[in-house]
Amino acid sequence: MKKALERLYNGIIKENPTLVLMLGMCPTMAVTTAAMNGLGMGLSTTVVLACSNLMISLLRNIIPDKVRMPSYIVVVASFVTMVDLLMQAYVRGLYAALGLYIPLIVVNCIILGRAETYASKNPPLLSLFDGIGMGLGFTLALTIIGSIRELIGNGTVFGYPLMPAAYEPCAIFILTPGAFFVLAALTALQNKFKAPSATNGPHKQASLACNGRCDRCVGATCEENRTRIMEAAEAEAAAKKAALLKAAQEKKAAAEKQKAAEGGNDA
Amino acid sequence: MKTLLLTLISTALINNVVLSQFLGLCPFLGVSRKVDTALGMGGAVVFVILLSSALTYALDVWVLIPLNLVYLRTIVFILVIAALVQAVEMALRKLSHGLYTSLGVYLPLITTNCAVLGVALNNVQKGLGFGQAMMAALGTSLGFALAITILAGIRERIEYNDVPHSFKGMPVVLLSAGLMAIAFFGFKGLV
Repeated sequence: MKKALERLYNGIIKENPTLVLMLGMCPTMAVTTAAMNGLGMGLSTTVVLACSNLMISLLRNIIPDKVRMPSYIVVVASFVTMVDLLMQAYVRGLYAALGLYIPLIVVNCIILGRAETYASKNPPLLSLFDGIGMGLGFTLALTIIGSIRELIGNGTVFGYPLMPAAYEPCAIFILTPGAFFVLAALTALQNKFKAPSATNGPHKQASLACNGRCDRCVGATCEENRTRIMEAAEAEAAAKKAALLKAAQEKKAAAEKQKAAEGGNDA
Repeated sequence: MKTLLLTLISTALINNVVLSQFLGLCPFLGVSRKVDTALGMGGAVVFVILLSSALTYALDVWVLIPLNLVYLRTIVFILVIAALVQAVEMALRKLSHGLYTSLGVYLPLITTNCAVLGVALNNVQKGLGFGQAMMAALGTSLGFALAITILAGIRERIEYNDVPHSFKGMPVVLLSAGLMAIAFFGFKGLV
């Protein structure tokens, strides 16, 4: 249970897919014209992410390694189709607002990234919680960005007017350039406060799985980078600890030897 | 003829795939460091979008609609695109080494480019005719190539500029893209 909660925390805060890992930028920018749209997109992605993580984790010992990517795509695409049809039937307004971006959840790199780096290596329950955590993190980020854009661009949040009546809405923020500007401001703030993010890590390029070659980047490599950097840091810390321990032991041994020699002299 | 031309202009400039529809942002932001790599990516995208749109359109008209399987569009299209990209890469490697070295490295990336799936789905969902669908595909991909090349040009200049520390890296690129999006609003009254 504790581990499952840890997965949720990891997805929502520590490795937030949008704000920290910088994955899935297309839906992030396209649908956040209003807080409600961000929330709707986030929740539908969460459903797909949780279901596909669970399914892939259950199938992880059956899927041959060579064809794993196409198999993952089929699993994800099936769940996306289900969500698509359900939304078409029950939430028509939201479906119309999100439009083409619902079927495009298939190519959201967060989903394939989690399938590749987490669900394919871990037991079903943890993978399910990982999917829910990552999905909620995505939802949170989308709702925040959507709220900011709606507040500045329309003076409302979730449709409720929050700004004083004299406020003149700055409509460009709900148009396309606004998405770029809000995201630029958010990443600049992350840089300013040295908040953890895929774009401002201290690691050298050589320690990255992709050698910093962004032209060859697939979403999954970002994930891989993180694990590699973490492992390298852990190994370094362990080596340091071992060296310290060894030095202390040598010192102790030398002192004992000296003591013994002194004792011998006394005798 | 007139509608075809209008489709081309509106998809390439007015509804630019990256700057007004936010499709294919990952390569747009990731591969736009140098003008020549951006051009290579643009060329590969034009090639793949044209091929995949034609193929998915034919599949939709001849297989999915007659068999009443329209709800399988997403699954079928993404698999077709993934297979097509793989096949194109293999074919290029065998047939034309020059083309492979200039376009081949970008091909694996394109499977995850949502513009490819987006255009294919958009064409059949809107029920466009074949000519119009191909024009939309051509316009969209040319628009992508145009946007990514311009951004790469801007980024090459930014290298020499004194950017405030917090804005170094991604933020300044996003700001430039935002300004480009404003510039592309200028095409709104064109059609």
